[in-house]
Amino acid sequence: MINLATIIDKLELKVLTAEKDFSQISVKNGYTSDLLSCVMAGAPNQSIWVTLQAHNNIVAVAALLELSAIIITEGATPDPVTIHKANEEGITLLQTEQNSFHVVGMLWELGIRAEK
Amino acid sequence: MKKYKADLHVHTVLSPCAEIEMLPPLIVSEAKIRGIDLIAITDHNASANISAVQKAALGSGITVLPGMELQTKEEVHVICLFDSIEQIVQFQNIVDQKLPPIKNRPEYFGEQLVVDDKGDFVRKEERLLITSTDLSINEAFNLVDEIGGIFIPAHVNRKANGLLEILGFVPVDIPILALEISRHISPKDVKIFYPQINSFEIIQNGDVHRLSEFIGTTIFEIENPSISEIKLAIRKEADRSYFVNSIT
Repeated sequence: MINLATIIDKLELKVLTAEKDFSQISVKNGYTSDLLSCVMAGAPNQSIWVTLQAHNNIVAVAALLELSAIIITEGATPDPVTIHKANEEGITLLQTEQNSFHVVGMLWELGIRAEK
Repeated sequence: MKKYKADLHVHTVLSPCAEIEMLPPLIVSEAKIRGIDLIAITDHNASANISAVQKAALGSGITVLPGMELQTKEEVHVICLFDSIEQIVQFQNIVDQKLPPIKNRPEYFGEQLVVDDKGDFVRKEERLLITSTDLSINEAFNLVDEIGGIFIPAHVNRKANGLLEILGFVPVDIPILALEISRHISPKDVKIFYPQINSFEIIQNGDVHRLSEFIGTTIFEIENPSISEIKLAIRKEADRSYFVNSIT
């Protein structure tokens, strides 16, 4: 299974939350949507979630579903309160200037798939 | 205490999605026919027709509050209501800076018309109004609060631009006083289908895009039709109160 350190490295992602040993965090699946109601219904545990939504509520959703990390696309920037809350909840927030289509394509090339 | 039958979410022809009949004199006469005493004009990211409706309502006994249906960065629709034109102008000035410079394409979105109190043409709004501003829901809440308005997420149960669809649940870090539900659901059903908002005060508005969409189901028991009184009513303080009737 692929780990988060590899993804951060290959996709050149900026880590917004506290540094940790990302090689120990495994990523089972990928998921993408910007509607949090859909994410709550559809994102599998230990998946990596790709979204351009940067609102504070993304942290609670990721914590609820025990997601491995969130990749925030198109340079959208969560506010400091959101980053602080993510650190408290142990959620890793990653950022890129690329759009969601590009990021999902890169993840797919790394072998990450949607849940079957 | 007086009872005010209210519909606090009314569009005019400035909103591209509103029917051409949403003109100041017709809005006022339709509200009058339905016994609605209190309306708010809430065009998408815009406010240029409010004073025309207020002028058309002079002598009718209907109060017209200045408002706006803001589209936040997250694509959530929120109705922002104020007491005075000065307040809405102050708010509009900020919104204008946060609205992307995209031109309206009337053939896709509809015309955006500024009119006078008789409903006569004044000008077209060239900028596309029905798009997201660069204000987050939290930033917008704080702005409206500072200016002295009330901030009510619109049609929270709706798939398109409803808070629950987009953000999943009501943000916990802004003290939102009330949520608006659409005409398509009763307050009783909301509690069943959306248990996550059971602890919130719920009002209902017509989100009036055509004259037939006035509903007037929300009744405020207040001293006078002002934002401070509406806030008291929603909090059920100082003998003020409100309730929501079923659509008949």
